[in-house]
Amino acid sequence: MLILRCPYCGICADETELTPGGEAHLTRFGPGSTDEDFEAYLFLRQNPKGVHIERWCHTCGCGKWFHAVRCTATLEIFGTYSAQNLRPPPDIIEAIKIRRPDWGGFHK
Amino acid sequence: MSNAVSVLGGAGFSGIIRVVDAGVTGMITLRGDLACPKIAGAVKATVGVNLPQARNITQNGHNGAGWMSSDELLLTCPYEEACTKVEKLEEALKGEYFLVADVSDARARFTLTGAAVREVLAKGSPADLSPGAWPVGELRRTRLGQVAVAFWLRDDITAELVCFRSLGKFVWDWLNVTAGDDVPGYF
Repeated sequence: MLILRCPYCGICADETELTPGGEAHLTRFGPGSTDEDFEAYLFLRQNPKGVHIERWCHTCGCGKWFHAVRCTATLEIFGTYSAQNLRPPPDIIEAIKIRRPDWGGFHK
Repeated sequence: MSNAVSVLGGAGFSGIIRVVDAGVTGMITLRGDLACPKIAGAVKATVGVNLPQARNITQNGHNGAGWMSSDELLLTCPYEEACTKVEKLEEALKGEYFLVADVSDARARFTLTGAAVREVLAKGSPADLSPGAWPVGELRRTRLGQVAVAFWLRDDITAELVCFRSLGKFVWDWLNVTAGDDVPGYF
C-alpha cells in the first residue's frame, strides 16, 4: 500500500484515494512533430526498476495532480512535489541520492 | 417554482448511530485564488463566515465555508438563498478570476449523530479518523466505500456528510448497512 502526501492539501492519502498518472515530466509532441518524437511521446516509457518519477491525482480528495518519486522495486517513497515543477526540486533530488547513491539522476 | 426535494426525502435510520437525510441544502462552489482578499471579503459579506484554514470548515448556523482544495471553497446556506448568494458573489468578485456555481441540486447531505460516528465512517474510508487526526471542524474529502464524499464533525458526536446526489442512494444504503452493524471499536 502506497501512502503519498499530497503537496496541495497536506493529507497523507493512501493509494485508494489516488489515481496513478504514469511517468512524469514528459515533453508533449503534438501536430507537426516527427513520427519518431510523436511515437516516443505516446508510447515509449522508461519503466525502470528503481527510482521512478510519477504523476498522481488526489482524486478522492482535493482533486489536484502532483508528482511523486518512488522506488518501483521496494515502493519506498522519496518525496512528493507540486505539478507546477518542470523538474524535481533540489530537496527531492537530495533525498533520492541519500537513499540511492547509484541513481543516474534526472535526465530531460 | 418546482418543489425541491432532497435525495431521500428526509428519511432517517437508527442503528449504532442515527443517520438522517438532512434535506435540501444550499451549496455553492466558489473557485479562485483564496489568497485574494476580495474573495475573503465576498465570502464574509455573503455567508457571514471567515475564510477557513486549509482543510477546515467555518460555520455559523446553516451558513458555512469549507476548504475543498487550494483554490476551491464549498459555501453552504439555506436552500432558498443559494440563487441570490450566487448573484451577490458574482457582483462582489467582478473583475477577479473566479467561478461560482449553485450546486445545491447536485449534492446530497446526511447528518450522522452518535458516539460511534467516527467508527462508522472509518469502516468505509481510508482516512485516519482517530480523534487526534480528525478534529472537530476539519473537512475531510475522501471516499466512502467506492465513492467520493466529504465529511466534517460539527461536534464530538455529530458529523455532516456531503456527496453527489446521484450517489445519494448508494451512500444512504451503505450507511444503513454499516450503522446497522456492531461498533468495530477502532478508536
